Parts: sequence; structure tokens; C-alpha cells
Amino acid sequence: MSSVASRLKSRGTASPAFLLAVFLVILVAATVYVFVARLYPAPPPISRDAVLVDRQYDLTLWVAGAAFVLAQLGLAWAVFRYRDCGQQASHIRGNVALEILWTFVTLLAFVGLGILGRNAWAGARFTPSAPDAIQIEVTTNQFVYTFRYPGPDGKFGRLDPSLVSAPTGNPLGIDANDPAGKDDIVVSELTVPVNRPVELLLRSQDVVHNFFVRELRLQQDAVPGMLIPVNFTAERIGTYEIVCTQLCGLGHYKMNGLLHVVPQSDYAAFLKREALVQ
Amino acid sequence: MSSNPQVADSVTHAPNSLLRRYVFSTDHKIIGLQYFFLALAAVTIGVILSLLMRFHLVWPAAHLPFIAGGIMTPEQYLALVTMHGTIMVFFVLTTAPQSAFGNYFLPLQIGAPDMAFPRLNMFSFWLTFLAFVVMLSAFFVPGGAPISGWTAYPPLSGLGEVTGPGEGIGQSLWVASILIFCVASLLGSINFLSTTIDMRAPGMTLTRMPLTVWAWFVTAILSLLAFSVLFAGGILLVLDRVAATSFFLPAGLVVSGEVQTHGGGSPLLWQHLFWFFGHPEVYIAILPGMGVVSHILANFSRKPVFGYRAMAFALCAIGFLGFLVWGHHMFVSGMNPYSGLTFSLLTVSIGVPSAVKTFHWLGTLWGAKIQFHSPMLFAIGFVSFFVTGGLSGIFLAQPAIDTELHATYYVVGHFHIVMGVAAIFGIFAATYYWFPKMFGRRMNESLGKFHFWLTFAGVYCIFMPMHFVGIAGGIRRYADATGATYLAALQPLHQFMTIAAFVTAAAQLIFFYNFFRSLKKGEAASANPWNATTLEWITASPPPSDNFGGRFPRVHRGPYEYSVPGATQDFLPQHLAPEALGSANKEPNNAN
Repeated sequence: MSSVASRLKSRGTASPAFLLAVFLVILVAATVYVFVARLYPAPPPISRDAVLVDRQYDLTLWVAGAAFVLAQLGLAWAVFRYRDCGQQASHIRGNVALEILWTFVTLLAFVGLGILGRNAWAGARFTPSAPDAIQIEVTTNQFVYTFRYPGPDGKFGRLDPSLVSAPTGNPLGIDANDPAGKDDIVVSELTVPVNRPVELLLRSQDVVHNFFVRELRLQQDAVPGMLIPVNFTAERIGTYEIVCTQLCGLGHYKMNGLLHVVPQSDYAAFLKREALVQ
Repeated sequence: MSSNPQVADSVTHAPNSLLRRYVFSTDHKIIGLQYFFLALAAVTIGVILSLLMRFHLVWPAAHLPFIAGGIMTPEQYLALVTMHGTIMVFFVLTTAPQSAFGNYFLPLQIGAPDMAFPRLNMFSFWLTFLAFVVMLSAFFVPGGAPISGWTAYPPLSGLGEVTGPGEGIGQSLWVASILIFCVASLLGSINFLSTTIDMRAPGMTLTRMPLTVWAWFVTAILSLLAFSVLFAGGILLVLDRVAATSFFLPAGLVVSGEVQTHGGGSPLLWQHLFWFFGHPEVYIAILPGMGVVSHILANFSRKPVFGYRAMAFALCAIGFLGFLVWGHHMFVSGMNPYSGLTFSLLTVSIGVPSAVKTFHWLGTLWGAKIQFHSPMLFAIGFVSFFVTGGLSGIFLAQPAIDTELHATYYVVGHFHIVMGVAAIFGIFAATYYWFPKMFGRRMNESLGKFHFWLTFAGVYCIFMPMHFVGIAGGIRRYADATGATYLAALQPLHQFMTIAAFVTAAAQLIFFYNFFRSLKKGEAASANPWNATTLEWITASPPPSDNFGGRFPRVHRGPYEYSVPGATQDFLPQHLAPEALGSANKEPNNAN
């Protein structure tokens, strides 16, 4: 019975041990290279919250990266060093002190990261919107974003689902009888002034969609039946892509929009121009 | 060897009719094999679906086989996304590690003649089979398979075909299949729990159970609690779809210009119910693999498992914490951000028992005498994947970072490595390891090694670049790369991954060839070809229908007594009485 096992042993185990070790070293080297050379970077952040996210990301990358390198190289070393060369395996059942030490080290590292990560999350999600924040309503439906500005009165008009009619120019179902809605501006692209706090109010007409701008590191689902606020202050002028990341139907892959971050004067001109069109 | 009178009474003889013996069998070993071959069929289909997707992502205009119309439409792509995920999660990752290997080896490893409820066991399998048939039938109905993903978020999944093709009959069949699967899994888990608690051989105390048994036991608890919640959620979804209820559907929905008549429900309720199942499901897929890997590492290291009690405890801790972290799938769902923080801290805590496991696997290898047989290579591959996929999870566990990486290919890379491929490597390790026991023949070692190298390298080539695509903003579940301008730059990486996927899939043909050829022509296997210690190796290969030929074992020691100082052979089987050891040492073959 022991024949097969012993026959295989006599063939030697050096080559699989060596191959495995080399493979793991290549894996570690290639992975480290991709991250150190920043071959596939995220785009530069354009808000303070996004910078906080990047900082937390970098910190996590250091911790997880170090653990990755040590664990994979440790594995490579163990399989090579302890390959069967006819030695006697040591009968070790464990090492309680080492096990407890290791548990606390990982507890400290992982939970510590989680606690430090609170700041980046809190900055974006716990802080109420600034009093001077510009409110813009974002409505999603299959497979379109629609943005509504409250107009000079600062109030959004009432919505009625039964009035929704994209072909007749009322995609949101604004109730014409509500005076607050008369000056509402409805557009298909999002324009915000640079360095001004913005509060988006996300809603959805049909299924769950998502609002994601990579440069803001901001991603939020738009859920039917809910009005979800998110805050950001864009600090760099430019045009950025908005994409839907929540599976919403057959047109999911092409549901997108544009975010224009413009100088204050251009923003005023935009509001004026759109008010005339509406 | 002393026999256990309780179980000796229940010794059964194999039924004579072919139908009762191989089709409607109540023998846990046959049922285990039935689950195994069901999973093998499912994984083949699942891989073909993924290859079609990978091909389409890179060459969207190409004509493809199996695709109605030849060129894949976005809804066909999403149907593949949905069915690939569903088939792999339910019919492969839940079915093979737990139902197939658990069924076959749990009774053998604890010295029992069968599962506690053999007929219930048979019923579980046939329900699972029915669920599989119902799931596949969704491909062939008008509108095709559903497009809402394996997570089936309402309202997309709750309103019928108004939300998209496949959301009519296809989605109904999907829910029906999941409900049937839930019942099968619940019955199965009750059987596993009863068997482990009640049918252990004399002397098989909890701390003498192999870690595989611990893993199947904890997994059964998870199945029991998780599938019952999914079942409830599924029933509510069916009611929303057919009985005009509004559990998940709020008022004021306007779909394609039509106002819907629902009101008062919450889409987030489904997400909570689904992920309360969905996260433990990840551990249902991976815990048995952890058990198998611990078992195999000890066997081929010729060493006891490093810190056996800590390993058993870590399994329980992962299982317990696994129920407290479902919210990390919902950081950007509109859930209260304070809940997000809580779920985040609980999620990073699960890294602790996971790191304990990794540390102990390395500890098991330290000072070992490693024999690189195919099962050992796959077990070592599992450890490497678990490290990689576990560490990439630390990013996603933090809501701030998740807002950047959520729903990108980073997530796809992460979960494929840690719960997909790692679990599959656990299955491969188990297959190579127990093949001699199940079929009385051995698989070819050289082919096994060749299969390992190609698959190990191939998997890293598919799923490591996926992380990079995600960091650069590549969104998952997109039918093509035209949705945002920056996606085009990621296409070369996608091409690389697609080629790697085809090479890796082709390498699986080596496995199939080796498997089916060895069934017929493999070298005959002895009872204990790996010089292992646990009870499944003391009976014939394959075991008789009552498992131990009427002589039920008594257990005298822990499961991993390898290289014990002073012993003349480097393994001490669990069943050998201390007084018999003297002669056993001179004559290792009496284990048979």
C-alpha cells in the first residue's frame, strides 16, 4: 500500500517546490511593479473628500501590500525549504503565545484601518450640507439622468408621477399648478460652480440606478421611493463623466451623463440661459 | 476493532435494483456523487457562459455559438451575467464542497453508516436537481433568461417584463428555482447537523473530529440560517410579481412612461434580506474548502495541523461574524451611513480569524516534510488565493474606499479569487485527494500537476488584472466599453484576461480527461494510499454500502497524528487502540 506514496517520494519533490516558489515570487514582483509604477491609476481627485479617500486607500495599500508580500513569500519559502528531502517532519501542535500575538497584531492592523477609514467616510456622509450649498435634484430612469435646479425661488415644484411624459417635455412630471415649479430648470447635463458646496438629491423613477463620478470618488445609488442627499465641493474646473454602476436593465452599459465644473460667472450665465429656454 | 451496537443494527445492504442503487439511492456516497456530477455539469455550463461573456467584451461584433441571432445583444449579455453568477454560486460553490464531498465523507470521517436521514438526503438531491432544471429552462422561454443579476434587485426584478427582456417568465423561473434550492439546502443542512451531532463513532469527541467535519458542520449551521431568510425573501418577491403585493415596490414608480400601481414597499428591504443570505453564502462556499485544505496540508506535510483548536474556533468565528457583515454590500445603497461604519468595523474584524487560518496553514507547512502530490498543490494554491483575495477585501470593507471601487471590476476580481477560484481549488484538492477512495482508482499524477500549473497561473492572469481595471474605473456588468470614454483605454487588459480565460478553460480539459480516464483505467488504489490517519481510509476503496463492512470503528486519538516522536511509522490512524500500536508500527498495512 505504501508503494505508490514512497515511489513518488523517491522521484524527488525538488521541481514542484522550486516551481511553486518561483511562481509566487514572480506573482509578488509583478503585482508590486504594477502598483509602484502606477500603471492603472485612478484619475486625479477633484475634491477634498476625494483626497481623503485616496489617502485612506494609500494607507490600506501599504498595510495590505506588506501583508501580501510577506504571506506569499512566506508561502514560497515554506514550500521550498520544507520539501521532502527524506527528513523527519517536526511534530509541532501549535504555539499558543505566537497564535495569541498574531491574533492581536491582525486585530490591531485591520480594525485600526477600519477606524482610521472613518474620517474619509464621515467627511462625505456624516457632515450635513453647508447652508450655502446649491441644491440640485438628480432623477434617474432607464437609462437617463435628468437634473433639476430650483430656479430663483430656491424651491422645487411638486412632482406627480401621473404627469410624467418625456415626449411632451415633462420627464419629471412637474405639476404645472404648483407655482414653485414654474421657474424650475430641467436639464440633461449637470453644471456646478467650482469651489461651491453642492447638495445632490438623488431619486429614481423606476429601478435602482447609481450616480458615480470617479474624480469625486463619489458613488451613490438612486433608489425609487427614497430621496438620498450627497454632498461634494468640486475644486477643479473641467468636464467629468457620470456613470451608472447599478445594474438597471439592458441599457445599463450606456447610461451616462456629464458633470461640468465651471467658474462662478459661467454658472450664473448657465442659469440665466436655461431660465430663458424653459 | 470494537463495533458500535447502535449503528451495527442499522447496517444496510445495497439494494439490488439499478434504479434504487444509482438513481433513487439513499446511500450517502451515491448521493454525494450525484451532487458531484450535478456540480460538474453546472460548472461546465457556467464556464461556457463566462467564456461567451469574455469573448463578447473583447470582440463585440463577433458571431458566437449558442447566441440567438449570432451577435450578442446587451440583454443577452446580462442574461449570461445573471445565469453565470446564479449557476456558479448555487449549483457549483454550494453544491460541490458541501453537498457532494460533505455527503460522501462526513459519515465516513465520523465512523457512521450513513447520514441521519437517508431518504431526506435523497429528496434534497432530487430537489436540487429539479431546481437546476428549472433554472436552465429560463434560457428557453420567451424573453429569455433574467437580466437582473444573481442579486435580482427589485424593482428591476419585481415588476415583470416591463423592466426589460427576461424579466417576465425568465425571472419567474429564476425565483422558482431559487425557492426549490432553498428547501433542498435547508433539508440538507438539518441532515448534516443531526448526523454530526448524533452519529459520531465512540471516542469521536468534538476535538477529535477532522477539520473537514468541523467545516461541514459550521457550514450546515450557516445554510440553515441563511437559506431560510432567502426563502422568505424569495416568497415576498414572488408575491410582488404575481399577487400585486408591494413588499419591495414603492409608490410612484413610472416605468417606460407607465405608472405602476404598487405602493408602500422598500427596495432596500430585499437588499437586506438578500445579503443576509448572500454574505453567509460566501462562507458556505469557502468554509468546506478551508476544512479540506487544513486536512490535506497536514496529510502531505506529515505534520499535525498547527493549532487545531484555534482552527476549529476560527471556523466558528468566521461563521458567526459572517452573519453580521451583510451591510458591507450596501455601503452606497442609501443605507444610513452610520450603519455603514458599523458594518465596516465588523467586516474588518472577520479579517482576524481569516488571518489566523492563514497563519496556521503556514505554521503547518513550517518544519514539514512536504509531499507535492496533486491535492497538495491545489491546497497550497488555495492558500495563495485566500491570501490575495482576503487582502483585496480589506479595501472593500471600508466604505470610503468602497465608494470608489464598488461595482467595478475590482470587486469582480476580489470575489472570484477569494470565494470563486479558492473554493474551486478546494474542490479540485478534494477531488484529487479522495478520488482513490470514491472510485478505487488513482488519477494520473503528471496530468494532475500539469492541470494545476496551468490553472494556477491562468487564474492569476485572469483575475489580477481585473483588480487593475477596477481601480482605473472599469464598471462591471457593462455589455460593452462604449458607455464612458475612459473605458476604451482598458480594452488591452480585457483582451489579456479573455485570452487567459480561454487558456485556463482549455486546461480544464486535462482534468476532465484525467478524471474520466482514471475512472476506467486508473491504477488500482489501496484503502489508504496517502498514509492518512482519518476513518475514511480504514475501509475499502470504494467503501462498501454500509461504509465499514459491519465493523464500526472506535476512535482513540485526534485526527492529525503525523510524525509522532517515538512511533515507527509517521502516521497514527484514529481507530487504532493504543495497545494495538506496537504491532501497527511494525505492520502499517493492517489499517486495511
